[in-house]
This record gives sequence, structure tokens and C-alpha cells, in this order.
Amino acid sequence: MSAPTQQSDNMPIVAVHKLGTRFGTNWVLRNLELEIERGELVALVGGSGSGKTTLLRQINGLLVPTEGEVRVFGEPLFGGGIHRERAIRRRFGVLFQQGALFSALNVFDNIAFPLRELHVLDEVTIHDLVMLKLSMVELLPRHATLMPAELSGGMVKRVALARALSLEPELLLLDEPTAGLDPDRSDSFVRLIRSLGEELGLTVVLVTHDLDTLAALSTKVAVLAEQHIVAYGSMQEIMNIDHPFIRNFFHSERGMRALGKTT
Amino acid sequence: MKTGRRFVRCAGLASTEQNGAVLATLTGSWTLAMVGHELDALRAELAALMQRSDVTWDCTAIEALDSAGAMLLWRAWGRSLPENLLIGPEHARIFERLAAADARPREPAAAALPFARIERLGVRALGLWRHALDVLELLGRILLNLLYLCRFPREMPARELGANIFKAGVKAMPVTALVGFLIGIVLSYLSALQLKQFGAEVFIINILGLGVIRELGPLLVAVLVAGRSGSAMTAQLGVMRVTDEIDALNVMGVQRSLRLVFPKVAALAVVMPLLVLWTIVAALIGGMISAEIQLDISYGFFIETLPKVVPVANLWIALVKGVVFGVTIALVACHFGLRVRPNTESLSINTTASVVTSITVVILLDAVFAIVTRSMGLP
Repeated sequence: MSAPTQQSDNMPIVAVHKLGTRFGTNWVLRNLELEIERGELVALVGGSGSGKTTLLRQINGLLVPTEGEVRVFGEPLFGGGIHRERAIRRRFGVLFQQGALFSALNVFDNIAFPLRELHVLDEVTIHDLVMLKLSMVELLPRHATLMPAELSGGMVKRVALARALSLEPELLLLDEPTAGLDPDRSDSFVRLIRSLGEELGLTVVLVTHDLDTLAALSTKVAVLAEQHIVAYGSMQEIMNIDHPFIRNFFHSERGMRALGKTT
Repeated sequence: MKTGRRFVRCAGLASTEQNGAVLATLTGSWTLAMVGHELDALRAELAALMQRSDVTWDCTAIEALDSAGAMLLWRAWGRSLPENLLIGPEHARIFERLAAADARPREPAAAALPFARIERLGVRALGLWRHALDVLELLGRILLNLLYLCRFPREMPARELGANIFKAGVKAMPVTALVGFLIGIVLSYLSALQLKQFGAEVFIINILGLGVIRELGPLLVAVLVAGRSGSAMTAQLGVMRVTDEIDALNVMGVQRSLRLVFPKVAALAVVMPLLVLWTIVAALIGGMISAEIQLDISYGFFIETLPKVVPVANLWIALVKGVVFGVTIALVACHFGLRVRPNTESLSINTTASVVTSITVVILLDAVFAIVTRSMGLP
């Protein structure tokens, strides 16, 4: 179902321009600029309350910015009628922090949900596709009949990932993909995302504060502080920038240890 | 003079008098767990010692001191260290911390505005207005959804609609029938006692027919459905908000009003008049049985007379009331469900508010109906 892209390849997948967000009288984000190229795995880092999740919710269209605009695949997220808005949302997948599986549906129906929404596939095709996604996230066919409440934390994330991937998205947005997982599960989930990303040619944007995840997964890092992106580039470039947040975050003992693993 | 007591583990306080000077010796554990048992006694002893000006405090024998024990002494000492104090350095640190905490500037309490009460009243009134606007907006969305479905009938959320009709309608049939039947019996029994005195037994049919069909049937069903289905709808939407499921639907491009709100409103709009009819029948059967036993009015006569004394317009009023009450209950339930913040307290507050509000609004609407239809359906 991945729609062929008419745009040229050098067009940014996500373009955020002059974005500002205000909650009450408090500006969370101001004059924020960010362009994400096709194929990048971008980690969005920042302190607690720096607006990482707010920015992600604006990229996935859950929040309308107070000012400025967000373009995904070169198109604005809002306007142009329900059908256009829906078409653009079908080209990206979102993984929520707690999974956000539909608790009334079992694993199979959760993954099948976006496929059924298309109203074009027959049940046999849907069944095959769901089973394929299940195997992609390394779950067994017998897991398909379980309800979300019966799943462990790691399995919830895998099912949620399978659902996010069910419409063959070009862009994957992850909110704290490893939060709440033990280090072992967290590592294997990161490996899974990376291998799927390479295999499917995904562009990935993830919010994280876990340095291990960041080091293992991202090709670029965007640092959010003082209401805007203070640095955007590869890990090496970021490390050479002198900024209080970067110093604290990356140059701590813990940070050096995590980053040492990648070299 | 020797007062106080000595326990191995408890806080101990002993005072001895020598040459006109008092030596107070503190021993044992001055901790939260130990001090608590004899708080009042210790406090009284400390206060008595503080009356004397020449007390030397010996704290070196204290085995354990925590901030609760230290605070007891600190307050007895008038929030400063006494002049003559013998204390080990590890315990002195605790008092230093207490002194530092005292030195911190206090947050000034917000000055009460002279019209605070009136302001609160205004805030609440505006809140009520906001609720009304939100429900109206939700109603508008549902109407837009209806138009949208006329253009794209394929997008009809048929499964959700069916599930809601089953849950709110079919499953409510036993309880509405039971309640209706019992109310019918009670109403008929009580009326019969009065009517007998006037020899006006036949009018039981008028009273039951008019009362049950026009008023009691729709109202009874509305209260039951608000309690049963309204609360369930609020809780369901609330939990979906808590678990981000509504956000997940949004990012998939699913319109939440079409998928979550519309099926509930449409289901109750369809199901409520049918439930009203069902309950009316149950209540009339109950009344009929009671009338036969109490007043010897035969079933045949009851059924034959009913349409003659109760104009059919009353049934139409009841069915219209059913639709209106159903839509109201569903809208109010969804409104409160979508307002739930991601915490358990908010969920319970909104579920309660949903039921209370929908029943209140239904009764208000019933009064409006009574005024608007005052010239209709009365023989």
C-alpha cells in the first residue's frame, strides 16, 4: 500500500518551520526549525518538560501548533478535507509510549484494524498480512488470540509496532520506545526496530532519554532545549558542540559509557 | 527532686537538681516510633523544665534521634538551641538542619479576595455554560457525521452500531421489563385503594394508561439507561483516553466522533423508543394484573377500554421522548467521557457527573415536554 512518492528524493520527509506552541501563557516551543531527510533515524533528546513529546504530537498530527507549520512528505497535516488528511496519516506509523493497543480487541484484530479501515482488502489477505507482521516483530501465531491485558510489557510494544507497520508506512514515529522495558528486552526491541528500519527503508523519528537506545538506534540526533532545536547532526557533530545540556547529557560518565559501545 | 522514667528503648527524660541548677538528662531513642507513645507526657515534662531559667540539657546519652524527636525538643526549646546544651556532633547536625528550615522564607499565603465566593460562583456558572457549548458542539459533529455518512455510506461504523444496540438495548430488556412490571403493580395497587373509596374503579385504566404511557415509561427507561449505558459509555471513553487509544485512532486518521460517539448516539436513538414501548407494555401488564385482583376489572375489559380513554397521541409523545432522552443521555455520556484526564480520580468524577447530569437534564427536558404538549393527547 505504500503510495509512490512523486516528490524528488531530496525533499525532507518532515519539515518543521517556525513552529511555536503555547499552553496557556507558557511557550513550550518557539521558532523551532527541523528538517528530516529520507532514511534517517533521528533521535529527539531533551530534558524533562523540554517539549519532546509535544513536538512529536505535532509531527503526528495530534496537536495543532499555535504558530508555524509542520509538513510531512511535503504536505501540511491539516486542511483539505477528511480524505486528504487520512491519506497522509496512513503514510506514517506511530508507536505510543504505553502501546495504546485497543483493549477491547485481541492482538490479531489490533493489527488488522488499520487494514480493515482501508475497506479494500478481503479477510484472507488481511489474515496473511497480519501473520506476516506478527512474524516480523518476532511473535508467534498463537499470540494472535491474546488480549492486550494478557501481554507482557515487551509484547505490548511489539504488537503496537506491528500495528504501526501494518500499512507499510514510510515514516515511523516512536515515543520512548524502550521506556518500561528491562535492559535485555530493551536491547532486543532496539535491534528489532533497527533491522526493520533497514529492511523496509523507514525514516524513523524517536523521542528518548535512554542513552543506550539513542546510541544504538539513531543516525542523527536533534537536541531540544530552550524551546527550540539547539543542535541537529550526527552523534560526532553533537558531541563537539558546547552547550550546557549537551555537556550534561552526553559527557556524563553514563553517557560516555553508552556511546563507547557504538565505536 | 527526681522525675521521669528510664526505659531501655523509649525516650527518657530525667532531671536532677544540684545547687539550684537543674540538669536535664535525655536518654534512649527520641525517634518517631518511640516518642509517639508518650508524646503528651514528654511534652508536658519539657514544658515544665522550660519554666526554669537555669537548666543544663545533656543530650549526650541519647541513643537515637530523628527529625520527629528533634522537632519535639526544638519546639519545646522555643525554636532555638538552649544556652547550656551538651550534645554530640551527629545530633547537633539535625538541629542545624531544623534551624536552616526555619530560616527559609515562607510562601506568603494567597490573600483572600473580598469577592472570592462570588468569583467562584461565576467560575462555576461559566463552567456550566462551557459544558453546554461542548455538548452542542458534539451534537453538531454528530449531525455532520450523519451528512458525511449519507455521502459515503460505506464508512458506516456498522459493527460499533450493532454492538451498542445490543449492549444498550437488548441487554437492558430484562431489567426494564422487571422494573416496569413492578412499578405498574405498585401504581395500580395504590390508586385502587383511593379509587375504591369514591366508587370510581373504572378510572384505574385512565390513570394507568395516561401515567405510564405519557410520563412514567419514558422517564423510567431514561433513568435506567442513564445508569446502565450512560455510565458505561463514559467509563469506556474515559479508559480509552487514559490508555491513549483515542490518540491511536486519531493518528490512523479515524474520526473519533464518527467511530466512537456517533454509534452510541445513534444506538440509543434507535433503542430508547423501543425500550420505552417494551417498558410501557410491562408496566401495563403489571397494572392490569393488580387491577384484576384488587378491583375485579377483567383483562378483556382493560384492554378494550385502554385505547378509548387514552388517545394514541400519548404513545407518539412517549416515543419522541424516548428518542430525545436517548440522544441526550448518549451525548452527555460521551461529552464527559472525552473530558477524562489520564488519572483515576478524573475517571470517577466524570462517570458520576455523567449519570447525575444526564438524569437531571432528562427530567428538565421532560418538564419542557409537559409544557409543549399540554394540549395534546388529553381526552
